[in-house]
Amino acid sequence: MSKVASATFRDSLSVSLTVGAYGVAFGAAAVANGFTVLQSCLLSLLTFSGASQFAVVGVLGAGGSALSGIATASLLGIRNALYGVIMAPRLKVRGLKRVLAAQITIDESTGVALGQEVRDADEMRKGFWFTGIGVFVFWNLFTLAGALGAQAMGDVRAFGLDSAVPAAFLGLVWPRLTGNFERALAVGCAVFAIAMTPILPAGLPIIATAFIAIAVGLKK
Amino acid sequence: MNAYWIATIGTSVIAFALKYSGHSVPEKWLSHPKIQRINGLIPIALLSALVAVQSFSEKSKLMIDQRLLGLCVAIIALMLKAPFPIVVISAAVSSAALYHWL
Repeated sequence: MSKVASATFRDSLSVSLTVGAYGVAFGAAAVANGFTVLQSCLLSLLTFSGASQFAVVGVLGAGGSALSGIATASLLGIRNALYGVIMAPRLKVRGLKRVLAAQITIDESTGVALGQEVRDADEMRKGFWFTGIGVFVFWNLFTLAGALGAQAMGDVRAFGLDSAVPAAFLGLVWPRLTGNFERALAVGCAVFAIAMTPILPAGLPIIATAFIAIAVGLKK
Repeated sequence: MNAYWIATIGTSVIAFALKYSGHSVPEKWLSHPKIQRINGLIPIALLSALVAVQSFSEKSKLMIDQRLLGLCVAIIALMLKAPFPIVVISAAVSSAALYHWL
């Protein structure tokens, strides 16, 4: 393996392990919110997009309907479509390979790939596949571990799992709060969702904030 | 089929459809700057709302309990640039401690 290739491999592996470890939090959160171990693992295998997975278990855990959960998760999944648009002309794959590429098109695989682009196009493609496959393997293994762990615990509050879930959401949103505008939007949406919780059916206060984001995005 | 199964399968099908559509549509369709911008804002809005609702409500009722401490600890950990697992674990441990103590 050349020096460049090993640097790409190292980047991919460190991202895969770190992100994969979030899978423990997801598996535990899913079970704490009423999903079975099998359903938690299927979400990681098939949905395979952290924020969307946390969202669907969060909405159902808060008493929301399946439809609210699916809608919230899908709104968060839109960005994977945009990553696909960026990656498709760079990967140039068809048929079954395109299906596989699509499934592993997430924040991390796209991010590492674009990070390697300064090296060369071949490294960029390797970065995508290494990271996507690496995160997929670790994310699923750790989900199973987290789900089994939470199932063994019983009362989730006694182990603080009821706080682990919002802390996980906070950890996901924190790096995105890069400026005052983003921070104001975050606080505004949090306050709005709390204010609407006693009024609207569960799940809707969360989805409604996506329309706030669309409105400010169109205006600015 | 209960709500959890519907949510599991529905989320998975749409998640893949979104990913695959990105690989299949012409690039110019989704590369408009406004769409890119909104795409960056939607996760901020939804995730912030989820933090709030998961911290301060239970079945459509607002309440303040041990989760408030967990949230404060998570914020402090993030301000100190702690890695994700430390943020989650410190929130869980502080919340569990208060739950036992109350």
